[in-house]
Amino acid sequence: MVRSNFDKDLEKLNQDILKMGSIVEETIYKAVTSLVEQDVELAEEVIKNDDQLDYYEIKIDKKCIKLIALQQPVARDLRQIGMITKIATDLERMGDLAYNIASITKELSAEEFIKSLIDIPRMAEINQQMVRGALESFVNLDAEQAREVGRKDDQVDELDDQIIRELLTYMIEDPKTIKQGNKLMFVSRYLERIGDHVTNICEKVVYIVTAERVTF
Amino acid sequence: MANEQIKLMIEDLDFYYGDFQVLEGVSLKILVNKVTALIGPSGCGKSTFLRTLNRMNDLIEGTKVDGKVLLDGQDIYDKGVDVVGLRKKIGMVFQEPNPFPKSIYENVAYGPRAHGIKDKDELDHIVEDSLKKAALWDEINDRLDQSAMGISGGQQQRLCIARALAVNPDILLMDEPTSALDPIATAKIEDLIENLKEDYTIVIVTHSMQQAARISDYTSFFLMGEMIEYGLTDKLFEKPEYKKTEDYITGRFG
Repeated sequence: MVRSNFDKDLEKLNQDILKMGSIVEETIYKAVTSLVEQDVELAEEVIKNDDQLDYYEIKIDKKCIKLIALQQPVARDLRQIGMITKIATDLERMGDLAYNIASITKELSAEEFIKSLIDIPRMAEINQQMVRGALESFVNLDAEQAREVGRKDDQVDELDDQIIRELLTYMIEDPKTIKQGNKLMFVSRYLERIGDHVTNICEKVVYIVTAERVTF
Repeated sequence: MANEQIKLMIEDLDFYYGDFQVLEGVSLKILVNKVTALIGPSGCGKSTFLRTLNRMNDLIEGTKVDGKVLLDGQDIYDKGVDVVGLRKKIGMVFQEPNPFPKSIYENVAYGPRAHGIKDKDELDHIVEDSLKKAALWDEINDRLDQSAMGISGGQQQRLCIARALAVNPDILLMDEPTSALDPIATAKIEDLIENLKEDYTIVIVTHSMQQAARISDYTSFFLMGEMIEYGLTDKLFEKPEYKKTEDYITGRFG
């Protein structure tokens, strides 16, 4: 087998994406847990760790650019490297959204919740499963799994609709809940956006494997 | 591909050096005013294939051809085909620039003269026109009477292209035309190929896959005497259909 150095570099890139992805998965969990448990310390940790994801994105980008410049990849190699830079961007954005949720944790830490938070942690859990599945499909070059994970996003969208409807009824009944209700709506929307970014990753995995452009 | 005009149609071509079979059942279409690149590892038969297209292999003793090569529908291997006339229609440029040890002017005028043109004005016109088409005129029009051996390698190669163009061919065959040139001279030849395809049909053998990707419209991948894959260059380099092609172009061959 020739090009073993190139293959090693590609493998390292895959590892970087996996590492970055597992940080994102953990960050989503911590951000939502900090909100539900009104744990400001945990929220601060999420906020502080955001730099780490920015660093990973730049590091992965640099490696991809270097490989393209020096190795002139084609076919699947090219598709993979081209998509890895975009996957890194999606992951970084997901980190930003978790950061936003952690900021809301800090704003709401001294207030009593207008309702108990049930659907928001559920959404976060589906998000985490999706992140894990998307990364697995990426590593195993499994287009079928990527499609399956992409379709899961519908569940997240439905929960988002449901949460917003529910919060609206609270807000109509009692205008004093508007300030908090509005913030929780943002949390729901941030989680919905995270799902969209996972879907983007799944689309890219399908492209890497089949060279086919799909949208979920 | 359906509405493209076919210049050369190769059907089930076999080729032998003595008992040794070099090409096996190659079928391929070469389209008008397109650049078709032939790629593949050393010894895969791509240069031999190129040379079957204007019967250059006839010059080697003990070779044998089966199958058809149809130029505008006419088999070039039919009995009674005028091989000199054929090579006038299908010009060739080689790996190493090989100008004649004559003046620049005489190099270009040689072909038309051999085909019977004697009129000085007409020859002047052909020389100027060919050198312009080969993007060489501006660089050397003040020293046409100097020896062709005194110009740079890149200029010599463009002179050889001008020499091939001087007999007004339909097709240009190029056998690794830039492998002996530096990157700047290579870029000039590549630009030239892009311009020439407006008027000519070009088939190029290249060892540089990046070159094939840069300049060709269609690419054909050869391996051990067989044509493995043929298709639009864009597609072949983004999503090759066969694993053998993918292994070769991604450098995982062997």
